[in-house]
Amino acid sequence: MTLMMTIQAERAAEPERWTLPEARSLEAVNAIVVAPLLASSGWSWRAWWVGFGVSLVATLAFLLTIFLIFSRGIGIWGVNSTVVWGVAIADYVWWIGIGNAGTLISSMLLLMRQKWRASTNRFAEAMTLFAATIAGIFPIIHLGRPLYFYWLTPYPNTMHLWPQWRSALIWDFWAIVSYILFSILFWYVGLIPDFAALRDRARTKPPALIYGALALGWCGSSRQWQVYERLHLALACLGVPLVVSLHSVVGMDFAASLMPGWQETIFPPYFVVGAMYSGFAMVACLAALVRWGFRMHGLITTAHFDVMAKVMLAASIIMGLSYATEWFNAWYGGERADRSLVMFEFAGHYAPMFWALLLCNVVIPQAFWWAAVRRSVIAVFIIAVIINIGMWLERILIIWNTLSHDYMPSAWRVFFPTLWDWMITFGSLGPFALMFLVFVRLIPVVSMHETRKLVAEGNRP
Amino acid sequence: MTRVLAEFADQRHLVEAARRARDVRCRVVDAYTPFPVEELSLALDHRESRVRPAMFAGGILMAALAYGLEYYSAVIDYPYNSGGRPLDAWPAFMLVPFATGILLAGACGFATFLVETGLPNLSDPLFAVDGMARASQDRFLLAVELPQEDEGRSAAVATLVRLGAISVREVER
Repeated sequence: MTLMMTIQAERAAEPERWTLPEARSLEAVNAIVVAPLLASSGWSWRAWWVGFGVSLVATLAFLLTIFLIFSRGIGIWGVNSTVVWGVAIADYVWWIGIGNAGTLISSMLLLMRQKWRASTNRFAEAMTLFAATIAGIFPIIHLGRPLYFYWLTPYPNTMHLWPQWRSALIWDFWAIVSYILFSILFWYVGLIPDFAALRDRARTKPPALIYGALALGWCGSSRQWQVYERLHLALACLGVPLVVSLHSVVGMDFAASLMPGWQETIFPPYFVVGAMYSGFAMVACLAALVRWGFRMHGLITTAHFDVMAKVMLAASIIMGLSYATEWFNAWYGGERADRSLVMFEFAGHYAPMFWALLLCNVVIPQAFWWAAVRRSVIAVFIIAVIINIGMWLERILIIWNTLSHDYMPSAWRVFFPTLWDWMITFGSLGPFALMFLVFVRLIPVVSMHETRKLVAEGNRP
Repeated sequence: MTRVLAEFADQRHLVEAARRARDVRCRVVDAYTPFPVEELSLALDHRESRVRPAMFAGGILMAALAYGLEYYSAVIDYPYNSGGRPLDAWPAFMLVPFATGILLAGACGFATFLVETGLPNLSDPLFAVDGMARASQDRFLLAVELPQEDEGRSAAVATLVRLGAISVREVER
């Protein structure tokens, strides 16, 4: 009886957990989201310009590195005849992991009717799009002959060449291309009603025209909303399996090989959870920045950080369990190379990085057991950054450890990154930040129509 | 027929008016709201959207095409014996039809969405109506056609106001 009453009381308060009183009217929601876009002169954009300048420099460094890779070849990296993948593929997996999370979070939370998604889904989806785009660059630049990358596509040619459909790299190509295009569609559909709101709020001609064209003439009629809801929900239903398949395929790039530490059936699900983990961490970082930058305290509340931290906590436990399963299977399977690899992970050349990875991904996130930590935006932000570093270490070590320590001891070599390895890794943050900064300046960062609905439900007598 | 746009402050009054309009011989044309109001599509009895059947058909078609391409290239056009593996390696062939099928299902859904909602429709006399801009913020508008005769018309307007309409504006069609 008491339990029932508690549940009912919580339900009643549910929509109100996700907004502060100052954002609890339909007008206020629009005003808060629209202000930086249409009344931009009233804002100090100094931090934005500093961020823009820094990310522009990083983007140029990234492009310079790509130019050198294309002109001099992949030999400028630290790759050698044993560790053939280096950082490019680790960066790829890291970015595609982040690139998975936006759609995963947005569509899964939609299907599970998690109302708090209203104020986070827009920038999570934007993050997905930008991260997946950057991820798509890495497999191309890691090719010895990148100019032939289009051989992955089936097209009529005089060489009678067809793609090898049994290859995980072909699956990768199709999964990424389908995923990026699908994500653009999902994102745009959700944006149409918001573009219409911007068109209606615009006081000058150019934004009214541009947002008006993007809104396609949306007027919010009941028929439009009905079809919109059907489409959005159906896209979310398809988005979840697509995302899961995409990162499973990334896992299969490794699992379909014959290498110790890679050839494991746990890889596809373990990669999907890893993607969700790093993605939630990135969303939490971006949420903190958006909240601070656009003064959206009324729409992105500490309750949001609380739930995101809980998801990260759950994911960190699953990750820890996955690592332990790998170690157990290596021991239980009895294969010499597998056991030797686990020993190499804990005590070999890259051991400090491995211990750091366990600390970042498994130990530090346990702080989220404490509500005070989950409700502190700064603490969540710092731990989220640590998780992203840990996830990068995980991906880099999956590659370096196995390749450095495979079946044949005579071929064992270690990887030393060169300047260009670091340039391509840190440089790739540049275009991501650049695209995100342009996005926040032109497109509403929070879904206005979904937040309006959330607020209206809270106000309902 | 005179068409009017009745403005309401919340969805509850709007839905109530949409339900009751028929009693005073008004024809409800459409409603414009800042967010989807589920009860409305029932009150306005829209026909069911064809978005999902279209997505299903598009997805299945694309998946079949993709598998057909794989089969044609690997089994018919260029059979290649690699270590005695089967030419039609269906488990390995599943990913491409799956991913591209979902993509085309999405595209078909979007195309159906455009057809059914009449978008893009960049110029509509509706946008010129005073107060329409607030339909994307905090006003709920109901477009109704009033009865022909004068007394029925004023009775209908009075009913709309009684049901909570803040304003009732005549609009061009």
